[in-house]
Amino acid sequence: MPGTPLHERTSALCRASNWRRWGGFLAAGSYDLYHDREYWAIRNAAGLIDVSPLYKYLIRGPDAVRFLDRLVTRNVRKCAVGRVMYTPWCDGDGKVIDDGTLARLDEGVFRLTSADPSLLWFHDNAAGMDVSFEDVSERTAALALQGPNARKILQALTSADMDGLRFFGVMDVDLAGIPVSVSRTGYTGDLGYEVWVDAAQAIPLWDALMESGRSYGIVPTGLMALDMARIEAGLVLVTVDYVPTHQALLESQKSTPLELGLAWTVDLDKEHFVGRDALARQAETGPEWRLRGLEIDWVSLEQAYGSAGLPPMVPSSAWRTSVPVYGGRGQVGYATSGCWSPLLKKYIALAHLEGTAGVLGTSLEMEVTVEHQRLRAAATVVETPFFDPPRKRG
Amino acid sequence: MGREAAYDAIVIGGGHNGLTTAAYLARAGRNVLVLERRHLVGGSTVTEEVFPGFKFSVLSYVVSLLRPEIIRELELPRHGLEILPLESTFTPLPNGDQLTRWADHDQTRREIYRHSPLDADAYDRFGQLMYRMALAVKPILSMVPPDPTSLSRKDLRGLLSLGKHFRDLGEADFFMLYKLMTMSSADFLDEWFETDPLKATMSASGIIGTFLGPRSPGTAYVQLHHYMGEIDGAFRAWGFARGGTGAVADSIASAARELGVTIRNDTAVEQVIVRGGRAVGVALEGGEEVRAPTVISGLDPRRTFLHLVDEGDLPPDFVQSIRRYRSVGSSGKVNLALGELPNFTSLPGDGDHLRGAISISPSQDYLERAYDDAKYGEFSRHPYMDVIIPSLIDPGMAPPGKHVMSCFVQYAPYKLNGGWNDERREAFGDAVIDTLSEYAPNLKSAIIHRQVVTPQDMEDEFGLTGGNIFHGELSLQQLFFLRPAPRWANYRTPIRDFYLCGSGAHPGGGICGGPGRLAALEILKGGAR
Repeated sequence: MPGTPLHERTSALCRASNWRRWGGFLAAGSYDLYHDREYWAIRNAAGLIDVSPLYKYLIRGPDAVRFLDRLVTRNVRKCAVGRVMYTPWCDGDGKVIDDGTLARLDEGVFRLTSADPSLLWFHDNAAGMDVSFEDVSERTAALALQGPNARKILQALTSADMDGLRFFGVMDVDLAGIPVSVSRTGYTGDLGYEVWVDAAQAIPLWDALMESGRSYGIVPTGLMALDMARIEAGLVLVTVDYVPTHQALLESQKSTPLELGLAWTVDLDKEHFVGRDALARQAETGPEWRLRGLEIDWVSLEQAYGSAGLPPMVPSSAWRTSVPVYGGRGQVGYATSGCWSPLLKKYIALAHLEGTAGVLGTSLEMEVTVEHQRLRAAATVVETPFFDPPRKRG
Repeated sequence: MGREAAYDAIVIGGGHNGLTTAAYLARAGRNVLVLERRHLVGGSTVTEEVFPGFKFSVLSYVVSLLRPEIIRELELPRHGLEILPLESTFTPLPNGDQLTRWADHDQTRREIYRHSPLDADAYDRFGQLMYRMALAVKPILSMVPPDPTSLSRKDLRGLLSLGKHFRDLGEADFFMLYKLMTMSSADFLDEWFETDPLKATMSASGIIGTFLGPRSPGTAYVQLHHYMGEIDGAFRAWGFARGGTGAVADSIASAARELGVTIRNDTAVEQVIVRGGRAVGVALEGGEEVRAPTVISGLDPRRTFLHLVDEGDLPPDFVQSIRRYRSVGSSGKVNLALGELPNFTSLPGDGDHLRGAISISPSQDYLERAYDDAKYGEFSRHPYMDVIIPSLIDPGMAPPGKHVMSCFVQYAPYKLNGGWNDERREAFGDAVIDTLSEYAPNLKSAIIHRQVVTPQDMEDEFGLTGGNIFHGELSLQQLFFLRPAPRWANYRTPIRDFYLCGSGAHPGGGICGGPGRLAALEILKGGAR
């Protein structure tokens, strides 16, 4: 399994030898034996995360806007140069294939990230259009710098005005003399940036960021800490919180953006995009399922553990297994990921909930396993994100 | 009363299907005798030490289709069955490049991407599709084919469940299945991929054992047939039986013996004895007769109905059907004892690429040209080959440091111009070695011993009519309710108490056991069709 362009640095730092597989690359699960410091760096200082395994495509040409407008659910015409949009894209039935960020780098130039390879799907949808696709996944390394100090760390490396880069903006800058593209995006729900750099320059960039970040508490951060942060931010993870249509074996495994709580990304005013008709129909009737936040009740959890003679225990890292959720009439859904939020001091989860079970404020129960017994703890349906600090946009 | 009266059933032929039928009948309390012409059981599923110290899976050489229910119900692991993984498929190319599909998804993706980024995406989606298709067809493997022209309650029930099953597939998958059933594997793959060696290697599984080329309609289905194999619930997993394929037959034989089955080796059956339209026993070569109220043939349909019984005991239209049943061999086998490993120019040295399949299938045209030779009665000068090195997977197959290599070779037509003889057999062997040497130049000097098996040898020594490895081609006109003949796909025959349990019955060939198991279950139900 190959490492990313940063492997030389990340492997030297990864004391935990905790490697995960991401998009065909080795990615650090955590650097330290214990990932807590990495998590707190995201919320308290800055975490530096190697996100190079993301698939990255450059989409160019006179028809790039027309093509993308057909591909994704958001209105790409509204995306000005220098702006980024988070967007899912769907199959003809309105079921989500993947999601990522779409950055408009120039009039006819976009960069789209995805979790799964997407080249064939682009080609399938570009018939008759003057648009080209370049897979720059391996050529481009990506570093996420996430946390309240992220801006200061970048500012120290450039004369460009980092304050000028608004939430979901993108611009080209020199960082320590290295030409990069910086977007004010991330997967943590915090103040943060993603830096896109030529793979050959990835290591000098890492070194510059680490050097600059030393005064600001920068910590190389792995996927375990990132997973907790993204759950707090209420951000879905493909293949964990939803099954991409191309991997689904059953119709019932697929989800629409409306079902994933991404209705805000679907612009039905657009004349046409892949899946529009199906989504318009669903928008009228309302989705039968909904991905929602769940907050597990502490007192109830305490009672569940108490029944076994134990004090309440919370997961030390994020989990990614399907956990049944119950309502008055039996199982009404399933949670797909969850964690104890050390920041919020709450046990939170993301759950697919059926019909009225998904109404905000509804009282439900989530399964908890206590001493090999399957018990239930009370849980409430809540709004996501669980954590949404003003600095994210500020 | 003599010994013969003691048997409830006689199974003719101790191949893996015959043994399976015997084991299932014995499991239900029947007293069963298996008669095997050769000195060892297994039929085409045998391991033989042809050259001292080197064990060859003489004919069949990999396992995938073996029905999981047989493994479970006959407790084959307890009887010694171990299936080791064959993880990769390595296709060396004449231009010095290669294409390898590995067990690891990411590694395979990277490799295909090197040849074509679009194909890397398409490969995932194609795998997904074939998985759904295999899932769609899988229940058929374990069902007795219903007769679509019959109005019997049983047949109607079967058809109804089948209809419901296909309705549940969903529109898109149903239409895709229809295409798979009718198209050539080359055309089908052309719709998906652009990398020639990838398409060629994938379409090769559509021609194995058939007298068809990758551009012949119907081969897409054969390809699917090879996707349906499952090991531990994973489709399209191929494995190698520890000890060679003979170990599969041995494990079934061991289960059968434990259940009380008697197996007589070196005992050839001359004829099935029919009295008043019923099978009542068999006459052995040498004159001995053994009686039993049920007789089952594990031999291929043509040998069974055109040699073992008097045509006069069969309806003429049935005899015609069997005469028309296509059972023409197209493949040969070359087994090598090697002093050292082959060294491939495109991926030199020892490595994981040698531990899986090695496919000589550089392009679709290459395969089709190989077929062209065969169409006009010659063996392919540059044949398609599916090669494995069993000794790398199971070191017990060869002396330490030495190796055995199994080469499945296509095409070798049964009806060779001028006929097969020793000279032609060796010429065929030379063509195989010459072709392989183009990719692994050290091969010739590494060979200690070689065994060349032609379709004629398969017929003469293993009793496979026409040398067809599947007991008759796996083409649509002789599958499911048409295998081996219309109205007789339920393991029964026009002769009462006489049954067919070999690969010439549904669901067909390969080390599958499905025909043997389903035949036994039908026999246990009893009665006429």
